[in-house]
Amino acid sequence: MKGYFGQFGGQFVPELLIPPLVELEEAMAHFLPREDFQAELEDLLNNFAGRVTPLTYCPAISEQLGLRLFLKREDLLHTGAHKVNNTLGQGLLAKKMGKKNLIAETGAGQHGVATAAAAARLGMKAKVFMGSIDVERQSANVERMSMLGTEVVPVEDGTQTLKDAINETLRYWIAHQADTHYCFGTAAGPHPFPELVAHFQSVISREARAQMLESQGALPDYVVACVGGGSNAIGMFRNFVDDRDVKIIGVEAAGTGEPGCYNSAPINLGRPGVLHGQISMLLQDEAGQVLPSHSISAGLDYPGVGPEHSHLHSIGRVRYDMATDDEALQACQLLSRAEGIIPALESSHALSWVVKNAAEIKGATVLLCLSGRGDKDMDIIRGAMDERRERNKQ
Amino acid sequence: MSASRLKKIIEGNQQKNKLTKVPFLSAGFPDRNDFWKNIIELSENGADIIEIGVPFSDPIADGPVVAAASQNGLENGGSLDYIFDGLIKHKSRIQSGMVLMGYVNPFIQYAWAEACRAASGGTVQNVVAESLKIFTAKAAECGVDGLVVPDLPLEESGPWLEALKPAGMDLIALVGPNTGLEKMKRYAASGVGGYVYVVSVMGTTGVREGLPPEVTDTLRRAKEAFNLPIALGFGLTSPDQLKAIDADVRPEAAVFGSALIKHLAAGGSAADFMAPWNE
Repeated sequence: MKGYFGQFGGQFVPELLIPPLVELEEAMAHFLPREDFQAELEDLLNNFAGRVTPLTYCPAISEQLGLRLFLKREDLLHTGAHKVNNTLGQGLLAKKMGKKNLIAETGAGQHGVATAAAAARLGMKAKVFMGSIDVERQSANVERMSMLGTEVVPVEDGTQTLKDAINETLRYWIAHQADTHYCFGTAAGPHPFPELVAHFQSVISREARAQMLESQGALPDYVVACVGGGSNAIGMFRNFVDDRDVKIIGVEAAGTGEPGCYNSAPINLGRPGVLHGQISMLLQDEAGQVLPSHSISAGLDYPGVGPEHSHLHSIGRVRYDMATDDEALQACQLLSRAEGIIPALESSHALSWVVKNAAEIKGATVLLCLSGRGDKDMDIIRGAMDERRERNKQ
Repeated sequence: MSASRLKKIIEGNQQKNKLTKVPFLSAGFPDRNDFWKNIIELSENGADIIEIGVPFSDPIADGPVVAAASQNGLENGGSLDYIFDGLIKHKSRIQSGMVLMGYVNPFIQYAWAEACRAASGGTVQNVVAESLKIFTAKAAECGVDGLVVPDLPLEESGPWLEALKPAGMDLIALVGPNTGLEKMKRYAASGVGGYVYVVSVMGTTGVREGLPPEVTDTLRRAKEAFNLPIALGFGLTSPDQLKAIDADVRPEAAVFGSALIKHLAAGGSAADFMAPWNE
């Protein structure tokens, strides 16, 4: 089926959105294979965003856990996370298509900031839709977007978080498709977005695979990444999927972890459903109403997941596990103290899987996608640690 | 199998030179009882066809008025079961043709657990097909004549057309200003039925002051591509708006949602709202 990864994906959008999606698909076929497009994007990625990102060995944690841990350092990129790989790619493509404006949704604000930076650099105008609750709890990123010349539009509908911001961006796009490109933030949404975002993010594993071979002379035994919508993970997995000996692990956010709690783990705890233009694993009630999600990490806080992950899960190629808020916090502290790197709470979920499963994977070489840096999370981390201290006192 | 009841209603009106009126209301709005009171009142006051909105948590094609009514309906338990129960209970008092307008997910989840058992070991697509089969049988039994599914374009509609056909229900196509003639012809050939829902503007549902000039072109393409009556929607407030459209492409039916919802929310009655449309 066209636009599907196995049983997942598709184009569940109003007919009014089909023409811009077809236009995008045609532009992808036309521009992405061209050498001049690739050269221009590579220049932006290397000299504006800071690629190639390093591969960092973690001596202290490796010794402590009895394995060999390598980090792919997407946290060192401009704007602080892997998101900029995608926004520069889509921004450049949109510009080639003759679009003047970029619109985007954002939850934590990372994709919004990355879109704002790409738009400024490429001489385009940007408008970012953000749930009003997120506007309040991520005020620093709202200020960064404004500083970069982007208009932030608070969304008051529904749960006032990421999924409602996507709804509003889709609505806006229906009315403004002639001169506007929707710079979708994760490897989800209607076809061709999952393929487009995965294409631009796969630079992560293209580099990491070559770096492992060059520095270690071998591929890793395990590749690990956190999964919300799933863009850093699909970027990290793509070039390892055909390496049958490499075990691939995706880590979803379990929320607080009690049975029945709000979470962001649709692959583990949801069932197939249609949201935001795709059929994929989804958190929903019995009647098919989408459930609110939760994670301490705003970047994972989403009730759906990209269709390629649902597919990789259904065929058993990737193992998807979960990590709780607390486990992620502990992993965040561990990496900060042991290796001098403060990871984003998103990436901390992936690290916590390594810590939790250290006995099972003893002696293994583990490659982990450190998708972002934790500076943006300091308030949340401080608040959560205070809360934990209180809990322990009682 | 009998011909589409929806098509028959509109063609019957056409012969009498009458516009077919299609009001829209979100299930459960403004509350569980008044919703059915309003539906009956609409039926008794000239509504030829009624579209009942199936509330969904993430209504991407709806403007603020319908989205708010849908949210309100959701909070009041405006589910498919609520709709089916009410349709059966009030059957004798609702004469209008009956259409459900809703997003893909609540429909395909209607009988998910049962469908999983029936399609045991099958693909997601097998489960969806089974669930739709159970849903359409139930809907037809409750007197539903057709479905409008705003997030179901032609590209994904195959399994739906297959499920609706044996139940004698129509899948109603939604086309708009950026739907070309060729695409409309592909819709027409796919087996959509009842009427064609022409969206007047590039946007979401909601009241607009005037109709944009390109609506004439959209209607002209739709008339050429389809052998079905045309219903115009998105933005209608008064019958006068239709009079401004060239006579040769004037739609056979008019859908109004946001204007009706606003009228009811402001304390007006369904009968009062219908009055100018019946002149």
